[in-house]
Amino acid sequence: MHPQTPNPNLYTEYHPRWYRRRVSTYWWVGQRQYRKFILRELSSVFVAVFVVITLLQLRALRAGPEAYARFQHRMQGPALMVLCAISLFFVVFHTITWFNLAPRALALRIRGRRLPDFLVAAPNYIIWLVVSAAVTWAVLR
Amino acid sequence: MADTIILEIARYSPEQDIEPRFETFEVPFRKEWVVLDALNYIKDKVDGTLTYRWSCRMGICGSCGMMVNGEPMLSCATFLSSYARNGSRVRVEPLRYFPVVRDLVTELSDFLGKLKRVKPWLIRKEELLLRQGEFRQTPEQLEDYRQFSMCINCTLCYAACPVVGLDPLFVGPAAIALAQRYNKDSRDQGAEERTMVLAHPEGIWGCTFVGECTRVCPKHVDPAGAIQQYKLKSALDWAKSLFLLPGPKKEKISGASADT
Amino acid sequence: MEKPSNEPLFWTLFSAGGVVAAIFIPIQLFLFGLAFPLGLLHGPSYEQLMSLVRLPLVRIYLFLLCSLPMFHFAHRFRYTLYDGLQVKHLNEVIFVLCYGSAVAATVLAAYLLWTIR
Repeated sequence: MHPQTPNPNLYTEYHPRWYRRRVSTYWWVGQRQYRKFILRELSSVFVAVFVVITLLQLRALRAGPEAYARFQHRMQGPALMVLCAISLFFVVFHTITWFNLAPRALALRIRGRRLPDFLVAAPNYIIWLVVSAAVTWAVLR
Repeated sequence: MADTIILEIARYSPEQDIEPRFETFEVPFRKEWVVLDALNYIKDKVDGTLTYRWSCRMGICGSCGMMVNGEPMLSCATFLSSYARNGSRVRVEPLRYFPVVRDLVTELSDFLGKLKRVKPWLIRKEELLLRQGEFRQTPEQLEDYRQFSMCINCTLCYAACPVVGLDPLFVGPAAIALAQRYNKDSRDQGAEERTMVLAHPEGIWGCTFVGECTRVCPKHVDPAGAIQQYKLKSALDWAKSLFLLPGPKKEKISGASADT
Repeated sequence: MEKPSNEPLFWTLFSAGGVVAAIFIPIQLFLFGLAFPLGLLHGPSYEQLMSLVRLPLVRIYLFLLCSLPMFHFAHRFRYTLYDGLQVKHLNEVIFVLCYGSAVAATVLAAYLLWTIR
């Protein structure tokens, strides 16, 4: 018969005071890796920014050529240009971090040996380039 | 090269201190010394009250984890020479996100409880008879889980993971990697039992794939990979459960001679 | 199999949105946000764009482009607020705001794309 595991609450009753440090709200500021992580997560905000801009564009398209012309004019304003530039940086940051992390979730094997990460990431980059070219062609022709 | 190096070591004595303080020690600098050697020197020659864990001194027992200049490291695997530029100091603190018992010693019972919760043993639905022989595993089947079996429970990953610090109930990287070690073992039939602990907001879903756990792991276990793989599997299981009735799970055949 | 939580659904939406965002958003944002307004490339006219948007396949593409990445944002931002600002006690509020915005974007995109003539 195994003795019952002592109730942890009882067991620690007479221990000396442990020191527990509270995790600061700014835990992510002090370390480079954590800062990079938070930047990666905040890239999702700029993904949302893109969706909002696209929805506005669709609304303008739907409303007619004058409305769309107004939309285009507003897109040329400096504030929106800066926003788009920043968003583009973060959206590309999302793409690169996403493709580089995706191989970890897929433990793909060929003939028993685990595929190296870059072999799983590479097709993603290729698809990205091909799709970007296709979209550009579809829009510009 | 200087012949001494300065160590700033966190001290905490529950009888005397409210919170940790730093003490500075000057230690001879030897090219081949690691932080553990410096600690042993201090305990031997300078201050016998310095308290820390260590055992094998070769990176396999997992006892000597501590924060060295803000990075979770094994003190037996961290060379002083990495820090020995002029004037650089080595700051040694107990592992982050654990309660501190004394000096550099952390309280691990919570961690051990989490390990136990994922049922880290082979679970069989039907036991095989002795005369059916041993379980047989091909090298490919071994490869499926071998990486996750390398964990030495050093808890460096827990010190690296911000979610562990933010949510004390989070099961944590090592525990999930350990669960995967058994889930992916062809001899194991207990994946369903472990689901209750894993597929849970404080299980895998608490993880936001920061990836620090994998970066600091001294044994290259890749717990982040284990967690993401489980997320994917969980999502696929959920999708399947939408379309199919939950039927009997396909048992992994483990090669023991079935012709009895 | 009963799961204690609905997380698999949200994680799947997050992943799908992440893939769509990773592959399609950079070029779309570059073209319509920078290249055309700046005049780096000659943009399509209103009529050219409308002829594209009227195609059913393009409508579906645009719908997915506006919907899935928002779910990606909702999931990620929710966790960032939990972890980054430690505001877990505002659990329900954050959940509703994040996923609510994703649902709103989805509904709006569907409405706009359905009614474009």
